[in-house]
Amino acid sequence: MDQYTAEKLKSMVGAKNYFDSKEDKLVYSYDGTPIYQQLPEAVLFPQDEEQISQILKLANLEKFNVVPRGSGTGLSGGSIPVDNSVVVVMTRWNKIIEIDEDNLTAWVQPGVITRALQKEVEKLGLFYPPDPGSLNVCTIGGNVANNAGGLRGLKYGVTKNYVLGVEMILPNGDLLKTGGKNMKDVAGYNLRDFIVGSEGTIGIVTKILLKLIPKPTKSITLLIYFDKLTDAGKTVSDIIASHIVPSMMEFLDNTTINCVEDYTNIGLPRNSEAILLIEVDGRGGEVQEDAELIRKIAVKNNASALKGAANEEEAFVLKTARRSAFSALARKMPTTILEDATVPRSELPVMIEKVSKAAKMFDVIIGNFGHAGDGNLHPTCLTDERDSKAIERAHLAFDFIFNEAIKLGGTISGEHGTGLAKKEFLEKVAGPVGVDMMKKIKKAIDENNILNPGKIFTISPKCEGILPAKREQIKDFHV
Amino acid sequence: MSKEIQYKELLKILPDDDILQQCIHCGMCLATCPTYEITKLERSSPRGRIKMIKSVARGEMEMSRIFADEMNFCLDCQACETACPAGVQYGRMIETARVVIDQTEYVSKFSVEIKKFVLRKIVASRNGLKIVSRFLWIYQKTGLQKLIRATGILKIFSKNLSEIETLSPLIADKFSDTQINEIELPTGEVKYKTAFHFGCLMNTMFADINIDTIDVLKECGCKIITPKDQVCCGSLMGHNGDMEFALKLARKNIDAFEKHDYDFLISNSAGCGAFMKDYAHLLEDDPDYAEKAKRFSSKVKDVMEFFAEQKPELTFQSVISKESSTRLPDRQAEKSSSNDIQQISLPINRDRNDNHKKNQNVTYHDACHLIHAQKISTQPREVIKSLPGVEYTELEEASWCCGSAGIYNVVRYDDAVKQLERKMNNIKNTKAKIVLTGNPGCMGQIKHGTQKFNVDVEVLHPVTLIKRMLKK
Repeated sequence: MDQYTAEKLKSMVGAKNYFDSKEDKLVYSYDGTPIYQQLPEAVLFPQDEEQISQILKLANLEKFNVVPRGSGTGLSGGSIPVDNSVVVVMTRWNKIIEIDEDNLTAWVQPGVITRALQKEVEKLGLFYPPDPGSLNVCTIGGNVANNAGGLRGLKYGVTKNYVLGVEMILPNGDLLKTGGKNMKDVAGYNLRDFIVGSEGTIGIVTKILLKLIPKPTKSITLLIYFDKLTDAGKTVSDIIASHIVPSMMEFLDNTTINCVEDYTNIGLPRNSEAILLIEVDGRGGEVQEDAELIRKIAVKNNASALKGAANEEEAFVLKTARRSAFSALARKMPTTILEDATVPRSELPVMIEKVSKAAKMFDVIIGNFGHAGDGNLHPTCLTDERDSKAIERAHLAFDFIFNEAIKLGGTISGEHGTGLAKKEFLEKVAGPVGVDMMKKIKKAIDENNILNPGKIFTISPKCEGILPAKREQIKDFHV
Repeated sequence: MSKEIQYKELLKILPDDDILQQCIHCGMCLATCPTYEITKLERSSPRGRIKMIKSVARGEMEMSRIFADEMNFCLDCQACETACPAGVQYGRMIETARVVIDQTEYVSKFSVEIKKFVLRKIVASRNGLKIVSRFLWIYQKTGLQKLIRATGILKIFSKNLSEIETLSPLIADKFSDTQINEIELPTGEVKYKTAFHFGCLMNTMFADINIDTIDVLKECGCKIITPKDQVCCGSLMGHNGDMEFALKLARKNIDAFEKHDYDFLISNSAGCGAFMKDYAHLLEDDPDYAEKAKRFSSKVKDVMEFFAEQKPELTFQSVISKESSTRLPDRQAEKSSSNDIQQISLPINRDRNDNHKKNQNVTYHDACHLIHAQKISTQPREVIKSLPGVEYTELEEASWCCGSAGIYNVVRYDDAVKQLERKMNNIKNTKAKIVLTGNPGCMGQIKHGTQKFNVDVEVLHPVTLIKRMLKK
């Protein structure tokens, strides 16, 4: 990016919202994804829609790339800068614009922190269920971009089930408004659902309309210990098959249990092969009945112990412990590569075994945990990025895991997105026709490929940036 | 300073790459960082600062003014360490970085020397601190303070200087170490053998709290040894880049207490307690002191931690009419409430039922050095809730730093006030009449906040509240 463009961007957003020091570039070169990082040319904090529109128009004109970003907790590299790019940070757009108690909806800006929204609506007896592990930090805008899931996905669904409307600036600078407070709306293509999960590649979201539901009044949280991994898997399938829908059914293996216990000290069973953390919620007596039935299923499947949280605080502590799992695993090794393979729920016990097999085959340590009720596992490879051989083995293990998941009718990513980290596997799941359609849509909306290019898929195989016009623009080639 | 020297300086203290490598930049710390909350800039976050330290330590980036400023902007409250599931030792990294930047052109040599002089010659020397305090006392008592404040003369020098002047706590008429005997015995039988570290600020600025602590401990049946040759714990020096001097003080304290026979070393100042618990770690490579330090640190207890663990019996003045005797904290309520499913035992306290009229509306602010450095948060609450007649209201964001942060509120007054304003608003919302906190720094800062933001609340150390409620 040349001096002229930099000055123009600076005057667009104002000098105090424009950062290009080496320190600022450095600290926006990463997100929550391991290994990937790249320096941006500048970091911008736009103040209004008009500024975003101008930035994107200039990007088309001057041929630089734009990468939108929230809190930067993503796990597939969606907000990591690309070559010749500016980062557009939306964290200061953090107002809850309206909570409509008559229609049970909320208008929010994309920088609102997920947990902050939940706290506000819960004061009114309402509920916004999607709860990704990073809910204390991540933004609604990021949740929409990645169609984030979470612990409650099993019963309450994921972000897409709660997005009613979106306003976004398209790559050409136009403002798109789609959706609204109608519970039913079939006018034209369903653009709204297409936007959710588009990973910041087709527009920058500026306003989001969310659906809220009444808050369940009763919940019971159970913690079940198992001496055998397969018994835990079997328990999950049996619960699903007996037509109970818990609001949460989380699985942690022995490695994860120990790392989480190191962090939380809440007395998790260090010797158990696996634990299940299950919550049932609702109104009235059925909650107790469901809990009782789950207890019987667990006993039948050789559970070694079964505990109930005595009150809401204890339940909260247990859920917080589960949410810390990914980061807690970093206690063991400095690099944690977290994956997101998901299979149909009936195949969960098989998938758990495949993950164990991968760890043995490729001589890597894998901590496994995840949303068992959704068939969404988070096998996490504990390794060290300074050891290239270990990283190589980790990649082989994940190739194996992805392929096995696909064989079982599963997918490569349940909730983290494709981003940079999984794009090479996309075609295996979406098929060549599917990927081709995605690329055509992207080309139609983002003619010059300036918005978060190279994420999800690569449009042109080699050249992501501008073609070099002068000799000096050609960078040294490193292997 | 050349790039190479910076690199070596940092690596010398961060012995290997593993400490730096531990951070997986997941971002879990962002939500708890008071400085990130203000700027919303990644460079003001723990994750951003670690990335910068890492790059400088590896020689990939040169030190700069931005780097220096962000390191000093950090409150070192260590809320991020509590939030970090991966166990990153952020405090160690930031304090190391500060040692290095103190030697660069980004921090004036003059201010480094002044800081060192004040901390070494005044705070660390009991007589030095006493002399300064006495001047301050004369200033406060003779009407000079009123005169100076009325004329607004300090504002001529700087707006901040006049604000900082109001931070200085009211100096006690008498220092506590002159009033506490080297050996204090309880009226009844000796149930606990304790020792007491009286701190430097507690001794001069908050001497009454030390007297209250001794009185309450005696009521609990403690024999209390307060060695006259003890010194400042070294915390302020250690956190401000003068670890060498801090360790000198640590060794002196170990020697002073080593001579006596006691089971618990009581501290009522969160900062001192945290640092003394850390002696074991700080001196682990010193062959002469490693063992002694381990022994010393293992006995250190914050006064509230001591009460919560030992549950001493105290007789309180009756709030209704009859006297009541209660154990601190009363765990009776725990026995009730069970459902058909077996309970999990977690360290969560439950509301207790007591027959007393609840007439003291109280809230509690977590000192960073208690909750984050010592991981003590439930214990003081258990104790406070078990006091007869106390109506406890939990403070929103109780563990958010008040901005005091050692000497931060003096050297970065404006940044500290931003945190203080947030704290005072939360305190106001509880409608409590008393806010309790276990650290002199926080007490001074919050007291300053009551004037600056006009909040009608009394700031007390929990032991003072207990002392007030004891049967006379």
